[in-house]
Amino acid sequence: MQHYSMNLKLKVWRQRNANEQGHFETYDVENVSSEMSFLEMIDVLNEQLISKGGEPIAFDHDCREGICGMCSMVIDGRPHGPWKGTTTCQLHMRAFKDGDMITVEPFRANAFPVIKDLMVSRSAFDRIIQAGGYISVNTGNAVDGNALPIEKDKADDAFAAAACIGCGACVAACKNASAMLFVSAKVSHLALLPQGEPERKQRVVNMIAQMDKEGFGSCTNTYACEAECPKEISVLNIARLNREYLDATLSAD
Amino acid sequence: MLDAKIPQGSLSEKWTKYKGSVKLVNPANKRKLEIIVVGTGLAGSSAAASLGEMGYKVKAFCFQDSPRRAHSIAAQGGINAAKNYQNDGDSTYRLFYDTIKGGDYRAREANVHRLAEVSTNIIDQCVAQGVPFAREYGGLLSNRSFGGTQVQRTFYAAGQTGQQLLIGAYQALERQVALGTVEMFARHEMVELVIIDGKARGIIARNLVTGELERHFGHAVLLCTGGYGNVFYLSTNAMGSNVTAAWKVHRKGAYFANPCFTQIHPTCIPVSGDHQSKLTLMSESLRNDGRIWVPAKQSDNRAPNEIPEEERDYYLERRYPAFGNLVPRDVASRAAKERCDAGYGVGTSKQAVYLDYAAAIQRYGKAEESKRNLGSVSSETITALGKEVVKEKYGNLFDMYEKITGENPYEVPMRIYPAVHYTMGGLWVDYELKTTIDGLYALGEANFSDHGANRLGASALMQGLADGYFVIPYTLGNYLAEEIRTNNIPTDHPAFVEAEKNASERINKLISIKGKQTVESFHKRLGKIIWDKCGMARSAEGLKQAIEEVRALKKEFWSDVRIPGGINEMNPELDKAGRVADFIELGELMCLDALERNESCGGHFREEYQTPDGEALRDDENYMYVAAWEMKEENWQLHKESLNYEIVKPSQRSYK
Repeated sequence: MQHYSMNLKLKVWRQRNANEQGHFETYDVENVSSEMSFLEMIDVLNEQLISKGGEPIAFDHDCREGICGMCSMVIDGRPHGPWKGTTTCQLHMRAFKDGDMITVEPFRANAFPVIKDLMVSRSAFDRIIQAGGYISVNTGNAVDGNALPIEKDKADDAFAAAACIGCGACVAACKNASAMLFVSAKVSHLALLPQGEPERKQRVVNMIAQMDKEGFGSCTNTYACEAECPKEISVLNIARLNREYLDATLSAD
Repeated sequence: MLDAKIPQGSLSEKWTKYKGSVKLVNPANKRKLEIIVVGTGLAGSSAAASLGEMGYKVKAFCFQDSPRRAHSIAAQGGINAAKNYQNDGDSTYRLFYDTIKGGDYRAREANVHRLAEVSTNIIDQCVAQGVPFAREYGGLLSNRSFGGTQVQRTFYAAGQTGQQLLIGAYQALERQVALGTVEMFARHEMVELVIIDGKARGIIARNLVTGELERHFGHAVLLCTGGYGNVFYLSTNAMGSNVTAAWKVHRKGAYFANPCFTQIHPTCIPVSGDHQSKLTLMSESLRNDGRIWVPAKQSDNRAPNEIPEEERDYYLERRYPAFGNLVPRDVASRAAKERCDAGYGVGTSKQAVYLDYAAAIQRYGKAEESKRNLGSVSSETITALGKEVVKEKYGNLFDMYEKITGENPYEVPMRIYPAVHYTMGGLWVDYELKTTIDGLYALGEANFSDHGANRLGASALMQGLADGYFVIPYTLGNYLAEEIRTNNIPTDHPAFVEAEKNASERINKLISIKGKQTVESFHKRLGKIIWDKCGMARSAEGLKQAIEEVRALKKEFWSDVRIPGGINEMNPELDKAGRVADFIELGELMCLDALERNESCGGHFREEYQTPDGEALRDDENYMYVAAWEMKEENWQLHKESLNYEIVKPSQRSYK
């Protein structure tokens, strides 16, 4: 792999807090190595800003391994940037070339209010989980782990849905700011497993109700969510969610 | 001598007897008792959820935007449990024994045995929650092997086991939030402990969005705040992982045990340059199938695929034929360092060794050929079949490697090097997980108790969940049963006022320094001192220098750090400054602890104490104890807990 160095222009959304108006500012970043991660490039810019007496750009990040789901950012119009199946923290600068102008914005959705600069609040997702995204089993009630065999295919599908990291890129990618991919991933994960069966119907109904209450938009099947999802969660989960919802509401007593 | 309050009786009966005689709190009283849980990783989420289910009033805190982000989520490989589903000779005793031996005989027998006992309940609990563990075609749970063991007892969910376990615990936690038994405070950081009449009675937490300080009362406080690996600046920990909560209670009287026992993980992606902000682990499970080697010739610059088999040195297989590539982490890390220091390292930095999957791909490909009854197929087909199998087992890890390095590990061997990963040391706790402050408990990586001087792979997840789901629900009751007459203490109590004042003064002091150097630059310098002198190899001379350097750094920090922005707003630089200030103090204590321990054991390797063939040389006669440090003014006093091995006979650890 050939490494190279580049000079870039960054157009970054700055916003002091949720109540103030935001705006774009443009910065020069020099001698960026192609081996850096995108967030390491922002680190370098922030160090420069602090040294010059300015305020660094606030952004969410934690594990920097693509698994915690804390990082966000819309980079050149795409949540988590140009690489498919990749979080912002795993995006590396070899995706860019010398002289590029890169636009960086927060995830935009009414249900995700901006906290500062590129940081948004995604607590709406936690409340959707609270509405039913679990199996009600108190500690100490479990039978032996092998008491209930689960078909490998089903277990694999449940795992694929459970791989969602709750980052919110699906919402940011959607023109309606719909949270259907996130909700469908959790509904699928639990509906595919026998342990999830007892609460299957009320779960889907309650989670959808909470999703609507939070102000997420509706799904119009553009599949932008799947295209931008860093964990490549399939839209087939949305189809499953719709079936589950229909089944639960039609057969409700 | 410190008393760990280990119950009487034979080792295998201690926990059962304890549970049978421990005090209980009746349901009506539970509703009146409040518990503060700081940290929402595996230990914190599972504790908060379980205590909420029991009827206690719980307040849980995390600095991330959601409890689901805690760094337990990044654990890849798996979780151990003595289920013996593979019929390969596993048992509670074996898991106990492997953990004690793996810890180089510096862990407490009674705690480790309890851990092995409850390990099986954890798997059952997680399966019931819907954790999608890997399964075989028959529908039953699948296992794999991990370092330091000769049985297959590791349960896993591809390379995302930590994520799936944490989401299970997180969902249980959110269910309690919905039911109103747990109140969740995200984007909050504990900055002070409140002690009233010698008992932990609450915390001061900083709301990271507004900068406001808040007072929270609790009848008991549980710290589930993880490890302190970020003292090294570069580690596999998350950027926000910190020692601050643990350090605040240490400053208030909680002893800090074995701080020099830190784990350097052998298989991480090497450092690529000065810009590096963190390191990424490649799961130890990769050592199951991958072979580790360096060129047999020094400074061999050929591409790895051009180096013929007979010119490669599979040094782990050569040095440790019995365990081969599956030796414990400390042994594997030191062996890699030894080869690189001797000039056999690879890659541009020469600080790396190869982890090679070519042989595994061929082996799996041939197995598939016969499994699918394909007759004799071409070598390309075998390679393709083998890659499919490897992809299913390790696909996400291989993808991650490619994203970071730009190289395809299915075609060329991965380059790996050891990196700081886990800290065995932590707050000293007794058998009940209680620190030396009454009413203050430490769970998971934040405590010191179960892994001795070296942790075995897939045991961190086990310990975090054991503490949270199955230990604290019992041991905390023993304390709270005596607290049922204690009414909630109003937070205008002088102790709360005083604690908040201390926290506020410190924040004001930090922000008013207005110096020239950034927080990040201090953190990097601290990390370099600790890595160079208190990392994979330590010496008395180096440690003494390090202590001086860290003290000087502390002075410089408090006179020249620059923190932009204000106090009453979201200010990540201010948050980080508070954490780095605490890491600096911890760094000094780590070096002091390493200097005091004149032996090598587990992750603590003192160059002066090694066998002729370079293995760690323990000194059981003089150092078979837990070093628990008490902070006095700005100095430390050493207390000892002697370790008595009733069942296991300590011996020179051999993996040959």
